[in-house]
Amino acid sequence: MVDYVFRVGGEGGEGVISTGEMLTLALARAGFEIYTFRTYPAEIKGGHASYQVRASGNLLLSQGAAVDVLVAFNEEAYQKHIKDVRPGGVVIYDSDSFSAAAHDSTICYSVPLTSLATEKVGIKLTKNIVALGVLAGLFDLPVATFEELLKDRFGRKGETVVQKNLLALRVGIEHAKQIKRRDAIRLGAGPRKTKELVLSGNESLALGAIAAGCRFYAGYPITPATDIMEFLARELPKIGGYVIQTEDEIAAIGAVLGASFAGKKAMTATSGPGFSLMTEMMGLAVAAEIPAVIVDVQRVGPSTGMPTKTEQGDLYLACYGGHGNCPRIVMALNNVEDCFYGIMQAFNLAEQFQMPVVVLSDQYLGHRKATVPVPDPSRVPVVERRKPQGKEMADYKRYRFTPDHISPMSIPGMEGGGYIAEGLEHDERGYPAASDHENHLRLTQKRYGKFVEVEAIANDLVRIHGEPHPEIGIIGWGSTEGVIREAVQMAQAKGYSVGAIHPKILYPQPLAKLREFMQGTKAVIIPEVNFTGQFATLLRKRFAYDFIQLNKCIGLPFTPKEIFDKIEEVAAHVHGGRRVHAAKL
Amino acid sequence: MAQVKEYIGKIKPDWCPGCGDFGVLNSLQRALAELDIAPHNVLVVSGIGCSSNLPGFIHSYGFHGLHGRSLPVASGAKLGNHALTVIATGGDGDGYGIGVGHFVHTCRRNIDMTYIVMDNQIYGLTTGQASPTTEKDVRTKSTPEGTIELALNPVALALSCGATYVARGFSGDNLHLAQLMKGAIEHKGFALVDVFSPCVTYNKRNTYPWFRERVYKLEDDQQYDPADFRLAMEKAFEWGARIPIGLFYKVERPTYEDEEPALRSGIPLAKQPLERADLAALMEDFI
Ligand SMILES: Cc1ncc(C[n+]2csc(CCOP(=O)(O)OP(=O)(O)O)c2C)c(N)n1
Ligand code: SF4
Repeated sequence: MVDYVFRVGGEGGEGVISTGEMLTLALARAGFEIYTFRTYPAEIKGGHASYQVRASGNLLLSQGAAVDVLVAFNEEAYQKHIKDVRPGGVVIYDSDSFSAAAHDSTICYSVPLTSLATEKVGIKLTKNIVALGVLAGLFDLPVATFEELLKDRFGRKGETVVQKNLLALRVGIEHAKQIKRRDAIRLGAGPRKTKELVLSGNESLALGAIAAGCRFYAGYPITPATDIMEFLARELPKIGGYVIQTEDEIAAIGAVLGASFAGKKAMTATSGPGFSLMTEMMGLAVAAEIPAVIVDVQRVGPSTGMPTKTEQGDLYLACYGGHGNCPRIVMALNNVEDCFYGIMQAFNLAEQFQMPVVVLSDQYLGHRKATVPVPDPSRVPVVERRKPQGKEMADYKRYRFTPDHISPMSIPGMEGGGYIAEGLEHDERGYPAASDHENHLRLTQKRYGKFVEVEAIANDLVRIHGEPHPEIGIIGWGSTEGVIREAVQMAQAKGYSVGAIHPKILYPQPLAKLREFMQGTKAVIIPEVNFTGQFATLLRKRFAYDFIQLNKCIGLPFTPKEIFDKIEEVAAHVHGGRRVHAAKL
Repeated sequence: MAQVKEYIGKIKPDWCPGCGDFGVLNSLQRALAELDIAPHNVLVVSGIGCSSNLPGFIHSYGFHGLHGRSLPVASGAKLGNHALTVIATGGDGDGYGIGVGHFVHTCRRNIDMTYIVMDNQIYGLTTGQASPTTEKDVRTKSTPEGTIELALNPVALALSCGATYVARGFSGDNLHLAQLMKGAIEHKGFALVDVFSPCVTYNKRNTYPWFRERVYKLEDDQQYDPADFRLAMEKAFEWGARIPIGLFYKVERPTYEDEEPALRSGIPLAKQPLERADLAALMEDFI
């Protein structure tokens, strides 16, 4: 089965990303599953950029390991990435830019990309398209798909531009025929015949928000969350919604609370620095019991950190950020498809429990693209908040005590439903009760009481990969799911007894399902892309279990091999009859 | 016209006897009654401070949120349902100190709502520290040797940031204040009513007598034209022996809601039906 990793590298702003994107779309339309990974500089112009796409006939769970085909537009790209190319892999480089030193283990094809573009097409900028042509020609990719793509992409710029690009593609294809082949990489057409969407995590999330009924978005630009706002600014007006760009993140979440209070589902998305600013408002949403969805596309912190790199470092903030006893729901998204359904679930939880729901994504997930079966919104029936009915209006109490702790919420404009959404401690009617000690306990119990039902839902939303009752267990969260799943498959293939559990709701935790999973394990590994093991720390408060942490903190996601290696290491201890002690591993 | 008592909330005001905020509350209730806006269509949003307790004392929908953050919440609520009459209230610390960033941007955004600031030139709730409108060299609990900073000028700030209705009232003259509020609520766009609302407990300088000696009404000057921006700016800086109150400036400019295509139908966002079927069309772009 076809399974290749392509990587394009060069100067940022010189079309590296668009070359990668076009290759991705072409591969997806040709019937392959795709999984991209991009690194790009924090600077806008200049700096090194690279775009990687893995294409396969099978479902893809990770960005892949070694590179099969590297396209290097300049020497820096070559130097940076050559070590990642597998033995026997192919390097295509622009021989007008530099000459690659002979390299034993890889197959190098020198192609004068720049001069082909300037001499045969007459436009230097088309060297990216020439490169695509070379790839199509060499690896037997469906030429018609590329042609269609170029027409789609450049159609708006007029027929001349389309023709020039089609010419560039042909120049590349023709040139490929002259290359003396030493590799055996051939793709042809992919096995999938149905159409799938190519979405980034952020795009999938934004579409899911629309499906959930979100028609109001307030936000402030921040990498890597900005494209959610840009997407919705483009798409929401088509279906009767809109976006407001506020003066800061405090105003963004404030406007979300205002709109939600007024009766419209609303969302904001940000990254660490903005999320830090939102914590006071999040507490207000808890106290006043206002549904709100807050997305944090995590990047490396603390402070400004590494804006374009990935990390799972905001879990503590998501669960505990803000003052007081402040229950909110925290969810994490697992993969691009899950971004769609996961955000729908987030809206449902916010509406049902009338509290803020924090949704954690990250740069790795938000910015990578994948092929996704056309999402079906009916898979997640949309939930609306409980509104006062008939006699409840006669003597309306906004924060009425009920068995499930959820009170009917009137909407401004409803006659007889008037109340004050109150951030001060208050009684059932919403009247301030800042000196009533017993009342404070009752209200705190009311707010935390909702967690009983949330936890039941959390238990329904875990996913298990590999063995359900393994010897070596893995607990993961968020965007590491695919990588863990692939590592589990690798370990199972080697005969290890391994399984992974992946909760969707991280706060409150699905304790019953975790307990069941952990029973009988000899060791449990918790891989996290952070330094201290934030989820492991949360779980240690709940379970007297000596978890083994696996932490990566260099701004990059795990590879399956890194997790697999840890499984092997732990297995060696387990099978050697040694007690597995986390401190020693 | 509705009765003023229809707008009286169930909670009794907890302000100190004589606090200027009573006059603001009464004037607002009178303005709403005169305009005959049903209480369930009114939303009063506030921050934190003595003055920010006001929503509790009015019979309507209310939102008592965070210190300095009334305007974002009020904006979101108005954008979610622009059929509501939205009024934000608070103090000078709330609006011109911690929340001034929101104030600046809300002015230029021109959402159709009214902002009433009970400006007592002191932090009342926290018992008497300097506020952004405390005059220079005034001693407060946090400035025992006198304030070093210049006082902020709310009227000039609102004018320069694009507010389309800028007025100042005095809670010693409720009839006049109620008329300014009425004008503000009726005005289509963002309206500021800054109110001299003495804190009788912690501000021993800017008292009722202090203001009575100084304030005069812009309306009394036949020459004054609230359409004249330059004149308004000039008057905004008049301070000392004579201090103007009244309507400084009023201009018609399209509101944010007018310019937002999603609201052109006139139907509030919260009342618009969801068109879920269109999702399929959106997804077409990603195949
Ligand atoms: C974030 C935050 N910081 C500080 C406070 C404490 N605080 C409450 S009210 C207030 C100032 C009140 O002054 P002002 O807004 O002018 O209202 P007044 O009480 O004078 O009516 C302060 C500092 C708070 N509630 N929240
Ligand atoms: S402290 Fe001042 S502002 Fe607060 S209620 Fe008393 S008089 Fe009014």
